[in-house]
Amino acid sequence: MLIFLNHLINGISLGSVYAIIALGYTMVYGIAKMLNFAHGDVIMVGAYICFFSVSSFQLPPAVGVLLAVIACTALGIVIERLAYKPLRQATSLAVLITAIGVSYFLQNGAQLLWTSNIKMFPSFFSSEPIALFGGELKITIAAIVTVLACVVIMLGLTWFTGQTKMGKAMRACSEDKGAAQLMGINVNATISMTFAIGSALAAIAGVLFCSVYPTLTPTTGSMPGIKAFTAAVFGGIGSIPGALLGGVLLGIIEIFAGAYISTQMSNAIVFAVLIVVLLVRPTGLLGKQIREKV
Amino acid sequence: MKKFLALVLALVMTLALAACGGGDGQKDGSGAAIKIGGVGPLTGGAAIYGNAAKGGAEIAAEEINALGGLQIDLRYEDDAHDPEKSVNAYNSLKDWGMQVFLGSVTSGPGAATAAESNGDHMFYLTPSASSTDVIGGVANPLTGSVDIPRRDNVFQMCFVDPDQGAYSAQYISDNSLGSKIAVIYKNDDIYSTGIYNSFAAKAAELGLNIVSTTTFTTDSQTDFSVQISDAKNNGADLVYLPTYYEANALILTQANASGYTPKYFGVDGMDGILSVTGFDTSLAEGVMLLTPFSADAEDQRTKSFVSKYVEKYGDTPNQFAADAYDCVYAIYEALKDEDVSSATSASDMCDLLMGKFTSGSFTFTGLTGENMTWDASGAVSKYPKGMYIQNGAYVGMD
Amino acid sequence: MKRIRLSKTNRINFATYGGVILAYAVLQFLNGGGMLSSTIRGQLVPICAYVTMALSLNLTVGVLGELSLGHAGFMSVGAFAGAVAAAALPITSDPLRLAASMVIAALAAAITGTLVGIPVLRLNGDYLAIVTLAFGQIIKSIVENLYIGIDDRGLHASFLENRIIFRDGGRMILNGAMGVNGIAKISSFTAGFVLVMLVLVVIFNLVDSRAGRAIMALRDNRIAAESVGIPVTKYKLMAFVISAAMAGAAGALFALGQNTITANKFDFNTSILILVFVVLGGQGNMWGSILAATFLTVLPETKAMRGLADYRMLVYAVVLILVMLATNNPTIQDFINTKFRKKKKKGGAVK
Repeated sequence: MLIFLNHLINGISLGSVYAIIALGYTMVYGIAKMLNFAHGDVIMVGAYICFFSVSSFQLPPAVGVLLAVIACTALGIVIERLAYKPLRQATSLAVLITAIGVSYFLQNGAQLLWTSNIKMFPSFFSSEPIALFGGELKITIAAIVTVLACVVIMLGLTWFTGQTKMGKAMRACSEDKGAAQLMGINVNATISMTFAIGSALAAIAGVLFCSVYPTLTPTTGSMPGIKAFTAAVFGGIGSIPGALLGGVLLGIIEIFAGAYISTQMSNAIVFAVLIVVLLVRPTGLLGKQIREKV
Repeated sequence: MKKFLALVLALVMTLALAACGGGDGQKDGSGAAIKIGGVGPLTGGAAIYGNAAKGGAEIAAEEINALGGLQIDLRYEDDAHDPEKSVNAYNSLKDWGMQVFLGSVTSGPGAATAAESNGDHMFYLTPSASSTDVIGGVANPLTGSVDIPRRDNVFQMCFVDPDQGAYSAQYISDNSLGSKIAVIYKNDDIYSTGIYNSFAAKAAELGLNIVSTTTFTTDSQTDFSVQISDAKNNGADLVYLPTYYEANALILTQANASGYTPKYFGVDGMDGILSVTGFDTSLAEGVMLLTPFSADAEDQRTKSFVSKYVEKYGDTPNQFAADAYDCVYAIYEALKDEDVSSATSASDMCDLLMGKFTSGSFTFTGLTGENMTWDASGAVSKYPKGMYIQNGAYVGMD
Repeated sequence: MKRIRLSKTNRINFATYGGVILAYAVLQFLNGGGMLSSTIRGQLVPICAYVTMALSLNLTVGVLGELSLGHAGFMSVGAFAGAVAAAALPITSDPLRLAASMVIAALAAAITGTLVGIPVLRLNGDYLAIVTLAFGQIIKSIVENLYIGIDDRGLHASFLENRIIFRDGGRMILNGAMGVNGIAKISSFTAGFVLVMLVLVVIFNLVDSRAGRAIMALRDNRIAAESVGIPVTKYKLMAFVISAAMAGAAGALFALGQNTITANKFDFNTSILILVFVVLGGQGNMWGSILAATFLTVLPETKAMRGLADYRMLVYAVVLILVMLATNNPTIQDFINTKFRKKKKKGGAVK
């Protein structure tokens, strides 16, 4: 039972990291209707910036995180302005390919700037885990912070898109860009804003990801990016609570598949479960059933 | 009119293809320098190994050229750790006029370029592609079958994977290091799987008690909690890690966070863990590993190499850098008294170097070993050296 | 061909055939004269394989209109089936053995395509895309844990662990994650050319057939197509399976032109690369796919790009972004339209 609980905790810890990345994915997808494959790489950039602020410039962790958020927001706006905005009228596939180009660019740029050697991300939280059941069960502080951050961000985003003027504008753009424009919403600015928020989230995700799994290289973001994308689809892409649910479930399935079936096949099992879920619920767990207009 | 456009574009493409061929056989004017080429992952997930080897080789070439005798023109091309691109990179080096090949840095691409260079009769000395598939002619430890015939032009500077696996098992058994052993290996990696297979075969022969065997892949190289708790729950007191240090650094950190502190036994891929920026070296205290090279060694040559490397690239060199450095020197030693120039054909160079390397009288002392010799098998006579980590530095085990 | 005036589609089709034949003839001529560099000679077979992959994915993405992110999975099935077949088939003639291996590879990929397609094609859009991605990953995991060897009793296979016991003279073909090693290179540029031509013939005839029109009707408006009685699953599956079979054949061609293949060669990144070819060349535009696949395969290996050393892949990324921006730039599109087409495309920026 303890072993089971232990795996469950590990699964939630891994899943919350996927979830926090998936929130950024789903946010951008929901409004701009594009799969931003460069999202994982923005995470990597955020982690590097935080790493250097803290290790090389001896800044306090909070300032490091803040710098990472500012830098990633700026990066997100620049990427959007230069690479995605000119493609507003193009097919979604064209934007997808451009996003892949941006992803290559960030990875290779990071390698040139910061070399391919791994960096161990400093731990911001007490390395002493919380022990339960007389030390049989251990939970790291970083994992708890990640889970909390995830819930806070999810609630924050739900409130933001539901209650604020900007958030409502985003939802309007998501529903119908043309109509939103006619209602006086600045569609371009709204989409740029979405990218800025998505990138700021990526910076936070990068810092939290590296706090839990501390090796940092220029390719750190790519696999978690794909997994988080999977998680976002799993939960129903575009749905903010869905991203959280999808991420956490994906993490738990991955850990359980490895623990109780086979570590060799754990990745295959994760994706097999995903397929089965999508066959039963074709728009993900919490995705909206879109009625097609005829 | 689209047809016209298509035709024009097709023609342009064909001509562009042909134009690329224009440089065939062209020799740049860097005098009488011998052209040595190498291939490795300079970009992508494995870039850390390729760039290290490139750096080590460059330092050796600079030192040799400063001596004034035989001159070396060194060039490294990127393969992004992909066998197909590795062959492309090898071909582009051939177009450049390469005479001696430093092989590929990693094993998968290494097997591809080894086969390719074998067809061309190009001498091949790899710093670090340690799989038996690279040199060929070695029996598969699990089935006993020889799957790849020996490629006579291919030699290795590193010790071959099965040696490490068998040696580790023998060492663990001889010194009764663990009563219950757990193994974590990377099952989509040739290097790690190769060592694991020979370790498993030897461990069965010696009757070692392996209680947990788990794997991970490039795609799941972030969370090791399943592997760690499997080892922990089966009561393993020794964890064998035939994997590279980037994964090992995470395994050690995560195991420590979950309160599991077994003994660790790594192979040469563990080397480098101490120089990872920001790594808490106290976690690696007592870790045992096999390595031919230690950046902390006190001899003059290592010290000078390490200081040059740090000055030039800002990082501490790992064994890939040292092996590549040795490769360039070994080729230099073998050629310096011979009548060779930039005009010697790659095939003649290959005959000459193969003759030297298999003569039995050619010995080489470098950073990674003393009095190394090679025979017709292509493997180097260098045996894994056991080390353990004490106070953040390597100490010899014997 | 009784009509004297060819339709516009037919003219494009014949121009595409002609272009491929011309390119083949020129390259063969240059190769015969020893005028090609080793780099280009080494890439001839992979280019043909990638062109075939791009054409086959264009059938799914451009003609059927479904986004697939796991196309490399079918290439993988074909590559490993082809490599095992080539090692096991007792045919002495290399071209015949290659042809037989490619047929077996295409069949294996077609079977996989059917198994994948039946559940997957019920989904739409990005959900379909993610499921194909998932299948690509599953195929990779399976191949990485599969061991196949051969001795005088025939083929032996083992999953997850290598438990194969040989009689004398046996050897491993597929060694799990270590892949297939020491492949006898029997693929040739001519074989690649024949495959590309065959694939073109199949695609052009399919598109021009009753089935092809049904498939395109599904792409343009599934509900309308369904309402006029077009069986959705049948035609979707048809296009998907044909596409998978072609990818399988391309995989075999590729594998038998390499010394070594491993499962992680055919990962998500390769699927994406093929998709880049298709989108860059234009969805549904076959000659565009051919050009884009050739251009992007050759580009990173050119002397100019290799000369950039450390900046090579960075420049590659920039070129990719710029090409995407340029091909989708309304001004440039208008310029091409007015220059090369009599009629200017109707409709501007507003939908």
